[in-house]
Amino acid sequence: MRVEADRGKCMGAGMCALNAPEVFDQDEDEGLVVVLESEPAAGHRFAVRDAANLCPASAITLIEEDAG
Amino acid sequence: MTLADTSTEVLAVPAERGTCPFDPPPAYDLAREQDPVAPVRLFDGSTAWMLTRHQDVRAVLQDRRFSADGTKDGFPFLSPGRRELATGNPTFIRMDDPEHARLRRMLTSDFIIKRVEEMRPQVRAIAVELLDAMTRDRDHADLVAEFALPLPSLVICLLLGVPYQDHAYFQKCSSTLLNANSTAEQVHQARDDLNTYIKQLAESKRDSDDEDIISRLMRREDLSPDEVATMGTLLLVAGHETTANMTSLSILTLLRDPEQMARLRSDPGLIRGAVEELLRYLSIVHTGLPRVATEDVELNGRTIRAGDGVLLMINTANRDSEAFPDADSLDVGRDARRHLAFGFGVHQCLGQPLARAELQIALDVLLTGLPNLRLAVPFEQIPFRHDMLIYGVHRLPIAW
Repeated sequence: MRVEADRGKCMGAGMCALNAPEVFDQDEDEGLVVVLESEPAAGHRFAVRDAANLCPASAITLIEEDAG
Repeated sequence: MTLADTSTEVLAVPAERGTCPFDPPPAYDLAREQDPVAPVRLFDGSTAWMLTRHQDVRAVLQDRRFSADGTKDGFPFLSPGRRELATGNPTFIRMDDPEHARLRRMLTSDFIIKRVEEMRPQVRAIAVELLDAMTRDRDHADLVAEFALPLPSLVICLLLGVPYQDHAYFQKCSSTLLNANSTAEQVHQARDDLNTYIKQLAESKRDSDDEDIISRLMRREDLSPDEVATMGTLLLVAGHETTANMTSLSILTLLRDPEQMARLRSDPGLIRGAVEELLRYLSIVHTGLPRVATEDVELNGRTIRAGDGVLLMINTANRDSEAFPDADSLDVGRDARRHLAFGFGVHQCLGQPLARAELQIALDVLLTGLPNLRLAVPFEQIPFRHDMLIYGVHRLPIAW
């Protein structure tokens, strides 16, 4: 899984940093999304999907790389 | 069918609540089951669409074909006062991007998760101090006046750099702005009063190097003092009655549901989730979020034409069993995070991390500090805020 975040769309609501703090942060100047881990470890993937689903601005894209 | 074709069989908004004061009006529940994109009649005789399902409300709040700009033709209003509020001197809540984003981003850094986490000890200290003052030498109080309202009010004053000792003045203005029965003139006056108050305060901070929000906004070259006053007014009003009413109404809900109260008391780890569930269950922005379509949109077999108003009912969306099984039951152990109590889309509540922290701390401090908490009057005597844009209770007499 690869994570991309669109800072142009981000409104700084913070749902990602709240629900998947290992993978997302917010910058101090504008409060906009920062991706800490663009290829999240298996243990964080559930939270990342939650974060993408809960993002009010649809700023997070998940690219599922299915090896099969 | 389009709005122009609808017969006179339309629902009037706002509608009366039923026997349970925590539930949405039964007429809205019925609309969600039978006609999820329902024509409704507004106070001035105009019509709009009322959307009641979780999926539809969520989708429209994210859809750029719907505008939040109250000056656009067809924008739906619930009262003359609300029309004045949205059109007289609009805040960024009633703007679309890019202007909305430009102004909102001047404030996002103040509400990031990290900053709110840093504020928790301070918020808790304020809550504990309020509880101590309320319980000193007494066994009863009004929770609204002595705890639920002062807590968020003190916090937003600290953030904005507004002196709390002026609270009687700005709380009165705020209350007029949020009263559904206020006339356009009353809303106009209250907003002018509040704007003038904040503008004078902002002018006095012109050369300050303080870090409060108003001082910081005054240092920006791309904002006029009038714009600073408008933004400051928005934050002051938004930071007040929402969290205050969620706190009081949450306590009342838990007092009416001893089983859920006992679960929460026995496992404080449930508080975070319980706050989300209470936000979902109570949905205090109960009169719907207004938008106007800027293009024709097909939804659930209806055609919403460009220029049609829509009201997005958060309260029925959050009680939609398609999204939340057994949605009319309060369950503090449920994962309710998909609720729409803070709205959704680009206008989702800016202060939600702070609101969450305040609510979690308030519940924890009250439940821990008042083990014998109970109502001081019969439930039937509690005055619910049917007349306000933010639902809640006017007073909550408690004893311990």
